[in-house]
Amino acid sequence: MTRRELPINDDGDVVRVRQLVRSVAVDARLSLVEQTKLVTAASELARNTLTYGGGGAATVEHITNGTKSGVRAIFRDKGPGIADLDLALTDGYTSGKGLGLGLGGARRLVDEFSVESSPGSGTTVTVTKWAR
Amino acid sequence: MEAGIFTRIAQLCRAREERLSERWRALVSASLGGRVPETQVDKEQREILDVLLTALALGAGRDIEAEPYAELRALLMELSRSRAQQGFSPRETAISVFALKGAVLDVFDQDGDAEAFREFVAFSQLIDELALLTFETYARAREEVISSQAEQLLELATPVVKVWDGVLALPLVGTLGSARAQVVMEKLLQTLVDTGSEHAIIDITGVPAVDTQVAQHLLKTVMAARLMGAECIISGIRPQIAQTIVALGIEFGDIATKGTLADALVLAISRTGVSVGGDLTKRGR
Repeated sequence: MTRRELPINDDGDVVRVRQLVRSVAVDARLSLVEQTKLVTAASELARNTLTYGGGGAATVEHITNGTKSGVRAIFRDKGPGIADLDLALTDGYTSGKGLGLGLGGARRLVDEFSVESSPGSGTTVTVTKWAR
Repeated sequence: MEAGIFTRIAQLCRAREERLSERWRALVSASLGGRVPETQVDKEQREILDVLLTALALGAGRDIEAEPYAELRALLMELSRSRAQQGFSPRETAISVFALKGAVLDVFDQDGDAEAFREFVAFSQLIDELALLTFETYARAREEVISSQAEQLLELATPVVKVWDGVLALPLVGTLGSARAQVVMEKLLQTLVDTGSEHAIIDITGVPAVDTQVAQHLLKTVMAARLMGAECIISGIRPQIAQTIVALGIEFGDIATKGTLADALVLAISRTGVSVGGDLTKRGR
């Protein structure tokens, strides 16, 4: 399956990641609602990569599992990492100036969600959305 | 400092300047396809050639950053900047310089000697460097064009229109980044004051995705308008956007939201105290 990687170093890159995710989601035959949810989650995570991770990269691929088709997106940064993951996932908590809904909201918008992070070693967030 | 490594070339070319520049012009004009008048190409090239030969005769070396080439660099940068602004491709821009190699070689084929050909290797590198310079300038000029267009777009893409007495509409289209959100907010607040309006409809039909950043910008704009005594309605919330906003957990609180601009307009007009007849409320269904 095709796999594409994009750098995330400024606001323009966040838009590009969003457009890439949307085009892969269309290829994977996600419905309009699923597309919108995935694109929004990708937007949140890409912005987190930029704002809190100090920049990084996103990998987007069309995946299949048996007859199921889906999209997997991975966001990596080499930033300070997340010290308390439960706190970071709490709605309304932010260490910056946002609404504090991005990470937790992104988890609710996708089917599979995982975070690997420890202080000092950066953060990797992997999300998957399947077509129904 | 490698002084005088192009002495022979400078001599030969100066002696045959007329033929050289004709040959050069022919090569370049062919690639530009007549989009630049030949007289202009001729004038540009004669100037460049003259400056180049003068520098070479003065003993300029390989380093194009060196002082003798200052005028030549300025000329080339000016040329590529104007080509970039006129929409020529990088290839069409760089060929102006590269073609000089071919023209010089043509002249040497007839009158060249061993010394001239020996110098030609270094001369070829020099031309490559000069062509790279035009290329860099070209890229920079194009970036300037793009960034000025982006600024214009920022202004253009945020019209605030008066749709009813005391009611403004702000149709948002495209990505709402921080810079645009700021422009949008300022423009809306200013127009509220200028027109004395107390109601504004922010339509997000054209916004592809509403994430927390977009939502935060919208909320801030509504709050700021409220401080000025104006009420906002957010319209154009499509089904997929509504579901996404719910899943994200964004709350719009007591801000009125509507599915379509038409519904929002009916609400805004009725808020201004005008009674909205049955015909008006049913329109657009």
